[in-house]
Amino acid sequence: MRTHMNLRSFEKVESHHAVDLRKRHRWGERLIQGFLFFCGAFSILTTLGIVYEIGKEALLFFLTPGVSLWKFFTGTVWQPQAGEFGILPLVSATLTTTTFAMLIAVPLGLGVAIYLSEFASPRLRRIIKPTLEVLAGIPTVVYGYFALTFMTPVLRSIFGRDVVDIYNTASAGIVMGILILPLISSMSEDALSAVPRSLREAALSMGATRLETAIKIVLPAAISGLAAAMIIGISRAIGETMIVAIAAGAGPNFTLNPFKGAETMTGHIVRISGGDLSYDSIDYNSLFAIGILLFFMTLVLNLISQRIVRRFREVYE
Amino acid sequence: MSARTPEASLMLEPEFNANLPARHRLGKFWRIAFLLSTVFGIFVLVLLLLTILNNLMGYAAVENMIDPASLAVNGVPLEELDKDTLIAILQTNVSKGLFRQIGREKAVEERTRDEIYALIMDKVVEQRVVDTWSLSDSIFKRGEVLAQAAQDYPQAEVTFKTWINPNFLASPQSSDPLEAGVRTAILGSAWIILITILVALPIGVGAAIYLEEYAQDNPRLGWLNRLIQTNISNLAGVPSIIYGMLGLAMFVRVLEPVTSGAMFGLSSDPTTANGRTILAAGLTLALLILPLLIINGQEAIRAVPNSLRQASYGLGATKWQTVWHHVLPNAIPGILTGTILSISRAVGETAPLVVVGAATYITFDPTGPFSKFTTLPIQIYQWTSRPQGEFRNLAAAGILALLVMLLTINAAAILIRNRYSKHKQ
Repeated sequence: MRTHMNLRSFEKVESHHAVDLRKRHRWGERLIQGFLFFCGAFSILTTLGIVYEIGKEALLFFLTPGVSLWKFFTGTVWQPQAGEFGILPLVSATLTTTTFAMLIAVPLGLGVAIYLSEFASPRLRRIIKPTLEVLAGIPTVVYGYFALTFMTPVLRSIFGRDVVDIYNTASAGIVMGILILPLISSMSEDALSAVPRSLREAALSMGATRLETAIKIVLPAAISGLAAAMIIGISRAIGETMIVAIAAGAGPNFTLNPFKGAETMTGHIVRISGGDLSYDSIDYNSLFAIGILLFFMTLVLNLISQRIVRRFREVYE
Repeated sequence: MSARTPEASLMLEPEFNANLPARHRLGKFWRIAFLLSTVFGIFVLVLLLLTILNNLMGYAAVENMIDPASLAVNGVPLEELDKDTLIAILQTNVSKGLFRQIGREKAVEERTRDEIYALIMDKVVEQRVVDTWSLSDSIFKRGEVLAQAAQDYPQAEVTFKTWINPNFLASPQSSDPLEAGVRTAILGSAWIILITILVALPIGVGAAIYLEEYAQDNPRLGWLNRLIQTNISNLAGVPSIIYGMLGLAMFVRVLEPVTSGAMFGLSSDPTTANGRTILAAGLTLALLILPLLIINGQEAIRAVPNSLRQASYGLGATKWQTVWHHVLPNAIPGILTGTILSISRAVGETAPLVVVGAATYITFDPTGPFSKFTTLPIQIYQWTSRPQGEFRNLAAAGILALLVMLLTINAAAILIRNRYSKHKQ
């Protein structure tokens, strides 16, 4: 009965006014949409914040009398007490640890990726992949502990105690390689798995062995993804902090000898800012000069890797 | 001439046959090499855990400067005395300056009996670990270890010590390895994570909704949306220490009135905390995990079938009604899993918090967002950087606590995923 009544009253209303079909303004929806847009744009604010805040302090550093851009990039001594700010010792240590990390992570990571995507049975894959994920999820401070209490003694017993210092870049680099291994292997495996089956089947039917198929057919087809994985790996290694802060040594040292202690860019930032640091001092500002360099190094590497993926990806359809 | 199959004719080619065994050998060799590199990961994981276990327990030689038995009052041993007597013992046995200093940190009367007892053991009895041995040495070279301990430290009592124990979890930080614990650090981690979630979750989910549901609506803003998307994937690759520097410049210095609590008149200790607070640390970590949250959220929202949206629109729902009542409830499990995984990343993060200014030494629990802070990974870092062996043992115990914490968090993520995926079917 009631429905009937309602219908009737509705008819009555309709007979009086034509229904307004124009879109109604919904201010609530607008408000929500505005908030959501703000959330989306927030990431841009973060980037601007990084560039502005870190850039500002870095600029203050370069404007300090006695500091020049040229000396900063070519100086081989980093000694804030003596007013020497040459970044090369920090960069060389970063390069040493990164090289060691890549020497471990790239061959092993590729090996893991090829094995998992070309050879392993689904069952084995179900065991291996979570294990590697666990390895990737362990906090880096734990890896630093591992480097200092396990890797360094091992290196010292192999090469001799006089050759290898307690703090050395080799140990930090090797352990960093282990940290990056899961990243490289999982990105590479994704790239290899994206190569269509038909290519493999074609190669196998021509009489190629599985290894030949993997190396000569699948690998070249996935090369852009593999390159991207490697570049991301390098970027991670450059920005990695805790392992080098714990195991690589405290004190800038311009050397390429991996068995000597040397402080990397990230290690230096952590050590100095962890101590008693007075704001607006030249030490404080110099950290931001290192920071902005670090930011742009990793940014460029990340952009290159994205570009490689987009530009050189072979599309099979 | 008999007809030959192509295969048979191929087999008769001399070079082909000569090559075949070599090619198969090569194949087998590399297959094993690839397998070995795969096993290497598992091998390292086991090594890592063994290294930690090796430092987690073992023999420890402990020396007392004063025999605790000599401090007994009227025949009642030290452990059983009440608080007032203990305070009296403390007062008579330490210098006046030290006693005043202890009182300044926290009034003696306000401390619990156990804290006073710990102070006596620390300052009066001066129980000290003089040497420790690893688990492997304690088991396999037991005789040598005990003989060496008896020879080097005739005064010391050698006991088998497990460094992770209930006392370790319940005690605050201390300069004495026997009394040191991780309670302040665990509470600090919990506070910081709470703030991180409160800030990052709404913004992250909001951004994901915007990018997935609203961004295509306005073609004129296409360039902006592409910029946001590229920017987010780049931010995900920025080293965590850079976020620490941003936090230091932005939250600790520029926003100091807010982060120190002075603006709200809530600052507990304005002279010492000065912006290096739990709030600043939580905000820094929120920025750090935001890109991960957004990327995960986008994937979860993208996985919601389009038919649901169409059905909702078809019934006359507005865009927001569709998102709120249909898209989000279906994306929640994915969003939650992603959130929990980003949280486990934030829990293990060390470098940015060192840069933001974690306190090197605090013995009292954080009381709110404006307290000074330390976290579990920072505690581990500080113990690891000390040269004395007993701090390595403490670091191992801290690492075990951290790993268990992370394992619990990740198990929660897996549980949520399984639970919701069962409901769907």
